[in-house]
Amino acid sequence: MVASTETVKQVQELGADRYKYGFSTDIEMDMAPKGVNEDIVRMISAKKEEPEWLLDWRLKAFRAWQEMAEPEWAKVAFPEIDYQDAYYYAAPKSGDKPKSLDEVDPKLLETYEKLGIPLREQEVLAGVEGAPKIAVDAVFDSVSVATTFKRELEKHGVIFCSISEAVKTHPELVRKYLGSVVPFTDNKHACLNSAVFTDGSFVYIPKGVRCPMELSTYFRINAENTGQFERTLIIADDDSYVSYLEGCTAPQRDENQLHAAVVELIALDNAEIKYSTVQNWFPGDENGKGGIYNFVTKRGACRGVKSKIAWTQVETGSAVTWKYPSCILQGDGSVGEFYSVAITNNFQQADTGTKMIHLGKNTTSKIISKGISAGRADQTYRGLVRIGPKADGARNFTQCDSLLIGDKCGAHTVPYIESRNPSATLEHEATTSKISEDQLFYCLSRGMSAEDAVGLIVNGFCKEVMQTLPMEFAVEAQKLIGISLEGSVG
Amino acid sequence: MSAATTDTLQILLAAGPGPGVGPLHDLRDAGRAALAKTGLPGRKTEIWKYTRLKALDGVAWTGPDARPEIDGDWIDAQAGFRDAWRIVLVNGRFDAGLSRLTDLPSAARIAPLPEAAGAHGAVAAALGQLANAERFPMVALNAACLEDGVAIGVEERALLEKPIHVVSITAPGAQPVAAHPRLLIRIGAGAQATLLESHLHLGDGAPAFTNAVLEIIVGEGARLGHYRIHDGPENALFVATTAVSVAGGAQYDAFALNIGAGLARNESMYKLDGERAEIAVNGAYLGVGGAHIDNTTFIDHARPNCQSQETFNGVLSDHARGVFQGKILVRPDAQNTDGHQMHKALLLSGKAEVDAKPELEIYADDVRCGHGATIGALDADQLFYLRARGVDEQAARALLIEAFLLDTVERIQDLAVREAFAEALTGRLRALQSSLAHGEAA
Amino acid sequence: MALLEIRDLQAEVDGKEILKGINLTVEAGEVHAVMGPNGSGKSTLSYVLAGREGYEVTGGEVLYDGENLLDLEPEERACEGLFLAFQYPVEIPGVAGTTFLRHALNAKRKYHGEDEYDAMEFVKFVRAKAKSLNLSDDMLKRPVNVGFSGGEKKRNETLQMAVLEPRLAVLDETDSGLDIDALKVVADGVNALRAPDRAMVVITHYQRLLDYVVPDKVHVMANGRIVKSGDKSLALELEERGYAHLLDAAA
Repeated sequence: MVASTETVKQVQELGADRYKYGFSTDIEMDMAPKGVNEDIVRMISAKKEEPEWLLDWRLKAFRAWQEMAEPEWAKVAFPEIDYQDAYYYAAPKSGDKPKSLDEVDPKLLETYEKLGIPLREQEVLAGVEGAPKIAVDAVFDSVSVATTFKRELEKHGVIFCSISEAVKTHPELVRKYLGSVVPFTDNKHACLNSAVFTDGSFVYIPKGVRCPMELSTYFRINAENTGQFERTLIIADDDSYVSYLEGCTAPQRDENQLHAAVVELIALDNAEIKYSTVQNWFPGDENGKGGIYNFVTKRGACRGVKSKIAWTQVETGSAVTWKYPSCILQGDGSVGEFYSVAITNNFQQADTGTKMIHLGKNTTSKIISKGISAGRADQTYRGLVRIGPKADGARNFTQCDSLLIGDKCGAHTVPYIESRNPSATLEHEATTSKISEDQLFYCLSRGMSAEDAVGLIVNGFCKEVMQTLPMEFAVEAQKLIGISLEGSVG
Repeated sequence: MSAATTDTLQILLAAGPGPGVGPLHDLRDAGRAALAKTGLPGRKTEIWKYTRLKALDGVAWTGPDARPEIDGDWIDAQAGFRDAWRIVLVNGRFDAGLSRLTDLPSAARIAPLPEAAGAHGAVAAALGQLANAERFPMVALNAACLEDGVAIGVEERALLEKPIHVVSITAPGAQPVAAHPRLLIRIGAGAQATLLESHLHLGDGAPAFTNAVLEIIVGEGARLGHYRIHDGPENALFVATTAVSVAGGAQYDAFALNIGAGLARNESMYKLDGERAEIAVNGAYLGVGGAHIDNTTFIDHARPNCQSQETFNGVLSDHARGVFQGKILVRPDAQNTDGHQMHKALLLSGKAEVDAKPELEIYADDVRCGHGATIGALDADQLFYLRARGVDEQAARALLIEAFLLDTVERIQDLAVREAFAEALTGRLRALQSSLAHGEAA
Repeated sequence: MALLEIRDLQAEVDGKEILKGINLTVEAGEVHAVMGPNGSGKSTLSYVLAGREGYEVTGGEVLYDGENLLDLEPEERACEGLFLAFQYPVEIPGVAGTTFLRHALNAKRKYHGEDEYDAMEFVKFVRAKAKSLNLSDDMLKRPVNVGFSGGEKKRNETLQMAVLEPRLAVLDETDSGLDIDALKVVADGVNALRAPDRAMVVITHYQRLLDYVVPDKVHVMANGRIVKSGDKSLALELEERGYAHLLDAAA
């Protein structure tokens, strides 16, 4: 893959600016008062002019949240979160939602330009000939500011809009599926999200439609002391296909910020959803100060026969990551896949992995996880593969490899493997090692710097995962790997 | 802790000797204090995630006093290894009459625990050090109920020409019995020894609970082979906690064979506590009926340049359940570590279950560590191949199951033990052949 | 001034003295063969020249183009034009040969203040190089050395050498593990790279490579020293009479 090998050049270009997304945008914001309570939940619901059923659902979630304990089984450590010390609603102050991009605050557009996210369709179209189109939903702090290519998507019957808009325009779909994969009782973070989510993306692909372009949401936390709680819901109806990309960044700030998102995917008969994430929230500085707490619940339900959900994630950012994109394989012959690259450096902590729950017959799952730990970071792969008694002929293959760079970091592997069906086959393999001295010397003896050599070897180590990413994302992800490992050798 | 388990704990403690006096009373007090804090392992204890001790509830457990008559021939027949020094524990109590220690060389010292702890400061000091009551509730329970046990010491550079065979018999009379066998084994620097353990059951109907604790200290450059076999009926609960420290340059070779029909939990901690220590920890299990067999191991690479290797194979039939939890920890300074672990399970029945949790926790970078786990049915290609060569299906299945389990038995370094364990296993497989052939007992 | 001048070089590995005073002068344009029995220190010499960690220089010096080579990091030596063809080329899973080589070439170009090649330019450049050496560039699409046969690995090293255009190439047992056809292909590649401004040090156990790559000078190494030097006829003499004869004479 020729286009995906620019790592070193990019790293050098970026030079000292290790986290190039660290700027913040000075923009007038509409903020709710600090803290969370029933009034704030009501206020958010009112701001979004939501129907009664949704407010009720939020309130139920909020009440449940107050009773729930934080999940403490993950191998991450951080000070107790003061939930009352954050803002739960922050939106760019521009009155009603803009009808066209011309009405959007130019500063906002500038922000996305700086981030390299094309919001103007003509800009996308004016790009390199033959470049694939990507429709983008841009979420700034709590709200969606723009969604591109809506008209073209509408021609195919594809619904791609912010979830607030979907609540108004397609309430029946939202009501049917919201919380159906991740109930608000699932865990404390998902529960809080259910109570206070402010926006996110909604996708519906009708029967028999292959979505004509990649769909993408770009999340940006900008405001200080703000939690981001977006909610994504993707429904792929019978015989449909969609590839969805998610990117995220945040300004460089000294305090920790909470990001507690929920993503629900539903794949019906023969439908396929490919969900790719490049997570690059601010990781904190070299001394472990600041950074995002990334507590995300992502789950897909393969409800239909022969449906398929594939998660790919490249996790390089966040101070603390707690994330397990999972698949519930209900439909007979359904397929779940999880491809992950996680890089932790400096004082980052990540506890990430997946769950593959096999319920239907002849369901298959594949897990490929590549973890790289450097600096003083700690990283854990945590995964569950469960074969239910009715999942005749189910198959799982899991490969978890960890690479350690330096002797101050940790890499851990905690798989849970449970089978209750004798016709199922499960294979799990894990290795932990460091970069081989031989490989390093071979690269050095060909003239490469140690940093370049490490970037190259690590990219090779991750290749199986990287090649599952759409091309545009793969290039970005390769760059990130080099950048994330800066300062880890020598 | 639920009300049921609180009651259970009180019943178990009441069946024990009580606080009392004597050299072991400090340990008993510490055990009681630890239990008061933690209670018995419950649903929320991660390391007991897959194994519940619910069968302990609602039983009127009694102490070791009531026991049926046991004769030496029965032990010979059940435990084998006639050419070994034999230590017999009945319901956790050392039985000098049934033991056979007549020609024991002076380099080996075997004594009841209270006596040894009273006479040797080193024994008293070592007790409870490796098996920590505060971290392990079952160790705390053993300590709280401790009244007897055996201390084994092998002097530096001694080479024992015969194995030491511990035969621990849990023998309920008419009453349900709870036994807490305890062993402390110290192998001096440069010494070589073989330790066999047979855990047997004698009784007719009443429930039995065995809660054994072993602490084993392997000195520098010493070699210890440690091989355990456990068997018991459906209403027997067997829990053994084994804590081993292996000093620099020492080699420790262990094997656990579980063929019991009740609940068995082997929880073992191995600390590689000196450079160039090497351990091999292997096992095989065969679960039939309602058996629940749990092997939980923790290998602690605390020093550089050590090696560990672990392989467990298990077969589950009927509605049996197998659990394997294996953790390898590599501490920050334990560079140049080799640690490898494998667990394979065969599920023969639609009602059987297996849960595996291999785990790596690694803080040093110069390591070559890995684990693997597979779960599946008998290989269809292999079955067909055998049948195509004229072997009938039942025999073919039996052959493949036997080969699968013997694969790990082959790793036992002591030839005589390897043969004896293989024989015990094949004997059991033959007895079960017709039910295993169909995956479910009639 | 000689391109390479090794003066009384002593080196140890794991505290064991392997090189016990090597003296060797190589002029630009020359091809020198270093022969010797197993364990004589030939490979150690190549690793010391390339700067491998763990190969401790305990005495003597190495001048490369008049500068102290031993002061340089391995990658600086490479950028200055030193190339080691490995006896056992290393596998790097997941990294395509083109990617690897482009990183290497661009590192060198950057070092010399030249523009780096982009992916397209590089592919053209490599194709031309491969063609000029009659080597297929197919293997560059595969991960570096992964699953390569012995012959493929050595051809790959030769191709890397052609692309990186070194001033001094050290070929460590490039003939080992090759059948006669593969040996010819590699030798042709090496010969094509002979140039007035380029020197080569060919380390080999056997004479047969020297049938194809004819050296200007031949040195025999034994027990960490060069015990005899001569022209190509020395290699033939060794082939005929074996090392033992020569070592006895030297002793």
